[in-house]
Amino acid sequence: MTTNPLTGAERVIRFLERVGVEYIFGLSGGAAIPLFDALVDSKIRLVLTRHEQGATHMADGYARATGKPGVVLVTSGPGATNTVTGLLTANMDSVPILVLAGQTPTFNLGKDTFQEADVTGITYPVVKHSYLVTSAEQLPRVMNEAWHILTTGRPGPVLLDLPKDVTAGPCTAPDEFDAPKIPGYVVPKQGDAKAIQAVADALKKSRKPVLYVGHGAVIAGAGAAITELSNRLQAPVVNTLLGKGAVDETGPLHLGMLGMHGTAYANKAVESCDLMMAIGARWDDRIAGDGKTFCQDAVRIHIDIDRSEFNKTITSHLQVLGDAKQIVEALLPLVEPLPTGAWLAQCAQWREQYPLRYPDPKDGQLRPQHVLNRLNHLTKGEAIVTTDVGQHQMWAAQFCLTRSNRMWLSSGGAGTMGYGFPAAVGAQFARPDTPVWAVVGDGGFQMTLCELATAFVHKLPVKVLIINNNYLGMVRQWQELFFDNRLSGVDLEGNPDFVRLAEAYGVKAFHIKQPDQVDDVLQAAIAYNDGPCVVEATVVKEDNVFPMIPAGAPYSAMLTERPTQKLAKPKGST
Amino acid sequence: MNLASSNTVHTLSLVTRDHPGVLVRISLTFARRGRNIESLAVSPGATGGYSRMTITSRGNPESVEQIIQHLAKLVDVVDVIDHQENPPLEAEVALAKVSAEGLDQEAVLAHIRRQVTASTAEVIDNSENTAVFRLMGSTAHVERGIAAIAELRPIHELVRSGPVAMDQGASHYAHLMGKVLRS
Repeated sequence: MTTNPLTGAERVIRFLERVGVEYIFGLSGGAAIPLFDALVDSKIRLVLTRHEQGATHMADGYARATGKPGVVLVTSGPGATNTVTGLLTANMDSVPILVLAGQTPTFNLGKDTFQEADVTGITYPVVKHSYLVTSAEQLPRVMNEAWHILTTGRPGPVLLDLPKDVTAGPCTAPDEFDAPKIPGYVVPKQGDAKAIQAVADALKKSRKPVLYVGHGAVIAGAGAAITELSNRLQAPVVNTLLGKGAVDETGPLHLGMLGMHGTAYANKAVESCDLMMAIGARWDDRIAGDGKTFCQDAVRIHIDIDRSEFNKTITSHLQVLGDAKQIVEALLPLVEPLPTGAWLAQCAQWREQYPLRYPDPKDGQLRPQHVLNRLNHLTKGEAIVTTDVGQHQMWAAQFCLTRSNRMWLSSGGAGTMGYGFPAAVGAQFARPDTPVWAVVGDGGFQMTLCELATAFVHKLPVKVLIINNNYLGMVRQWQELFFDNRLSGVDLEGNPDFVRLAEAYGVKAFHIKQPDQVDDVLQAAIAYNDGPCVVEATVVKEDNVFPMIPAGAPYSAMLTERPTQKLAKPKGST
Repeated sequence: MNLASSNTVHTLSLVTRDHPGVLVRISLTFARRGRNIESLAVSPGATGGYSRMTITSRGNPESVEQIIQHLAKLVDVVDVIDHQENPPLEAEVALAKVSAEGLDQEAVLAHIRRQVTASTAEVIDNSENTAVFRLMGSTAHVERGIAAIAELRPIHELVRSGPVAMDQGASHYAHLMGKVLRS
């Protein structure tokens, strides 16, 4: 070779080009300059964000909307520490994002040099894996391992801590693209045939089955197989917040979301079933409520790609380790229709008896449920919906029915306020022809709204629907129900005029103040595609989300409306 | 969860990649669940690039099962063995420093040997003011040896390696490293 060898940074970017990365979301800084320099000559498009947290959520939204890893590039110190929330969000919800963080040169590590932070150390608990790269020659191997870990098994974030001398220095080590040998990283392949047969045998005996579908089913693309299984067995389906869309929520056998704010009919079915089969779901505390009483009389089956989820919060009688799609497909020929007529009739009766409901908008009050119900109607399930965290998220989950995979992006495990809008930006980059709606609260939106500039610059037709009740509403709801309405730290007095704020960014803005404006404004927003737009819906201040199973309580404690008696403080977490 | 609800001691053997940061990931797995590492012995494994660890930890069996699953999930951890089912062969070393003033070494050694026949005890340093006893054997034997010394002399300084453990008979570790090397 007569030419100079490529730098470490150039090798990193070349690797990312080779594996098909289209976008990098990031914010520059001194220690990352070699990497930004290498991007100048690359076909990969850099999306310059206004804050590193936004970059991580954009990469997360890109990843959830496509199934491909999202890539983030930030500088050392505060640039990298600003990614911690995004890493937690991705780690809790099994989302593949790659964070490339600049770092002080290796000879300065540990000396408290300018913009130095022990980023590898800070992020250990919130990554699937991470590397502090101490020599440019390690980069081809590290990039190959990182990408393999990102794209196989249960997804999660990977962080590379890249000292400036590593990225600026020459790298002569040969390219590595073949599947790497990592003895400690074994991806489960086929589900065990005997275990699958045992599941089929258990299903045969069930008369009141429930298929409980989680994010793992979305990630595995298992939805079609689960729909077929549900139809063949004549078994109802419920899904978690993150499982929305794996199976069409408008289907006749679908009972909607289960858990704390799930539909009453889904929760009644879960409470009464004789068999519950988790497919890519982890029985988390928002689902199980009181783990000691949860589905105690039912046969509990768990299909998961991560062995550490078995028997974690809820013990199961049967477990199958592996890919949800492969396992459900293998199960299909082993099962026959079950005599579930009486069970389905019971579920139908619950659906009739306990519908999701809210006061008639003719009373002139603008209700968040009405706005979201109309959004669902007008977008016909053809829009990607992202959310922040809180009341609006739960109302959106209840009323925006998700018809297909990767159309619902929400921070579940971490519950990250500020996720919704940047995730929508990432999703819109990933899928430019699909409408994208970010449903956000007035609290969460203010945490990442600086990305309006990013959306505006790229003329992304992302639509932001702010459900504005001038409160941190979910906490206010808890304080009302469980703390004698002693409101503390929930009043968002001082909120900006969101319409004028959007306009200051050059962004189109609409305002809904009354129920009779909802359809016209949403239609106008749907029709506006020259760039981002913001729709502020000023809703009633003190609506609560029902149904609600108080945290840590049994399903029998479900509230379907505002209680008339004082409630005990919840036993479960937050 | 009552973290002190059980006093079961679990001895775990781990095979890990040998590079910086591995121990942090392992110790975080324990610490996050409120569980203490009682002893930890790390050394290079028989195969280059890999470490062998013995960890003992006390607590309830449910939390140790979770910890084992999460240790196994770490990319840098090749395998974890819980020795709970089959008690392993184990060895520990302790150094105990006592005052040399008026010390009858042979009397102390004889006392130790009466208490613990299955361990090795010797004096490895006899300076002007202090003497150091070295005890080797199983953890139980080493502990009894330490107690025997303490009966005769106040111990000024004590250091223990914590146990190193290995399965009896056909070795899981040998099988595992064969698998690693073939892959």
